[in-house]
Amino acid sequence: MNAIQMILVVFVAFLAGMEGILDEWQFHQPLVACTLIGLVTGHLDLGVILGGQLQMIALGWANIGAAVAPDAALASVASAIILVEGGQGIKGIGTATGIAIPLAVAGLFLTMIVRTISTAIVHIMDAEAKKGSWRMINVWQWIAVCLQGLRIAIPAALLLAIPSGTVRGWLAMMPQWLSDGMTIGGGMVVAVGYAMVINMMASKEVWPFFAIGFALAAIKDLTLIALGAIGLSMALMYLALEAKGGNGGGSNNSDDAGTGDPLGDIIDDY
Amino acid sequence: MADKKIKLTKHDRLNVMWHSQLLQGSWNYERMQNGGWAYSMIPALRKLYPNKKDLSAALQRNLVFFNTHPYLASPVIGVTLALEEDKANGTPVTDDAIQGVKVGMMGPLAGVGDPVFWYTVRPIVGALGASMAISGNVMGPILFFVIWNIIRLVFLWYTQEFGYKAGSAITNDMSGGMLQKVTRGASMMGMFVLGALIERWVNVKFTPIVSKTPVPKSGYIEWDKLPAGGKGIQQALIEWNMGNGKALSSTKVTTLQDNLNQLIPGLAGLLLTFLCMWLLKKKVSPIWIIIGIFVIGVLFHVWGIL
Repeated sequence: MNAIQMILVVFVAFLAGMEGILDEWQFHQPLVACTLIGLVTGHLDLGVILGGQLQMIALGWANIGAAVAPDAALASVASAIILVEGGQGIKGIGTATGIAIPLAVAGLFLTMIVRTISTAIVHIMDAEAKKGSWRMINVWQWIAVCLQGLRIAIPAALLLAIPSGTVRGWLAMMPQWLSDGMTIGGGMVVAVGYAMVINMMASKEVWPFFAIGFALAAIKDLTLIALGAIGLSMALMYLALEAKGGNGGGSNNSDDAGTGDPLGDIIDDY
Repeated sequence: MADKKIKLTKHDRLNVMWHSQLLQGSWNYERMQNGGWAYSMIPALRKLYPNKKDLSAALQRNLVFFNTHPYLASPVIGVTLALEEDKANGTPVTDDAIQGVKVGMMGPLAGVGDPVFWYTVRPIVGALGASMAISGNVMGPILFFVIWNIIRLVFLWYTQEFGYKAGSAITNDMSGGMLQKVTRGASMMGMFVLGALIERWVNVKFTPIVSKTPVPKSGYIEWDKLPAGGKGIQQALIEWNMGNGKALSSTKVTTLQDNLNQLIPGLAGLLLTFLCMWLLKKKVSPIWIIIGIFVIGVLFHVWGIL
């Protein structure tokens, strides 16, 4: 990696760190961060594939209230750097995925540190507000955002400082069974993100939707877009039907002739 | 006063929307998004309060506790813009009234934003991009980035405008069924897609061999009797017929996974997800579950189970 590439990698890391807290442009999502690092280091295909793998794992990770989600930004940036430096190509992806997870935890602590520093920053903002100097509030807001960027950029720079020969040496020491096992673990670990999301959303009303989705996914001809269209249509139909029939209370619908649901009428009469 | 009204132009409002993208930048444990909120309002406040004393009061008023979903702050910003504009033009709007509107809106809106954006739209668009990216297709990340940001920017601008035009009247709609309907609809679609994602992407493959049965003669391809060269390959492919014809070897190996797939494809992944849900409900940290799964993956692989 030459100097320009290293600067670009650190810049991508900086963007990812900023977005890790802002959650707007999504530069911190593995799909984007790994691809960009792959792009600037000349290993675009590797970055894209690693990004896809990590994205599947990180789908359910979100910055919400008390639920602590691992930090996607450090995980994607650091594992992409290790994958590129390691020089193992596609074979190294399983290992890079496995390394990403503890890094995601480390990133969490770094976020907590910066969020604590930000508490001091908003007190400075209070003082500036008293003086009515809006310019300084803008400046301090940017300082806070840049601190979040440095949270990822500094670890990335440290990783780059390790000569790639050393990284290769470490990765070569890793036995085959361990990297295979980590690849298998990476295939299963996806479940944790999904479980987090389900726990947040699940209610009696939505479980049937889950069951239909699971059953239909076994038909491999259905693309994700097709599945999305089916899911959306069913939700819209459910809400529309509910709005129509919901005010009847569901008890004595068979008395009025115009329910438009002959089978339902028969069952009600039964 | 009455003849010289200060109006926020479209340009001012666009500026506020652009600023609002840094809403979470100074997220802190004391007042959460307060710094970002003040930063978002500054382009408008500067114009509304040319007097330094009024501006100082306005800045302090906008540095109080605030926290909601970063995108659903936009309608709240819109309403607050309308209120601040009224106040600057002499309408007696108290600080408490502005604060009341903000607090009243942020709770319910966060309740909409999380299921809609984090649990439905991002997993769907993300899975779409990731499934393309895994096979090395650069369109995966590009599609994810473009689709997400178009949805996001359109949402930020139009909900902020909606809030600005509706003014404080929006709080009356908040209690109505509309928001609840959107949330429920998103949960339904989200759960549907999650069911599909678990079937497709949670990979658990049990390798233990359940049975080895010999395939009757003429049921498998006899490799040594094929003609040589390309003709042989053609012959073999015809006999194999994409897996519908003859078998590839003289014994049929059935793994535990084959049996499970006949029953319910993806069952193991589903059970693993339920196990994770149960552990999360028992307040086990997701990080420990993730590490545990990696350890199990390695151990079971060494033992030949996975």
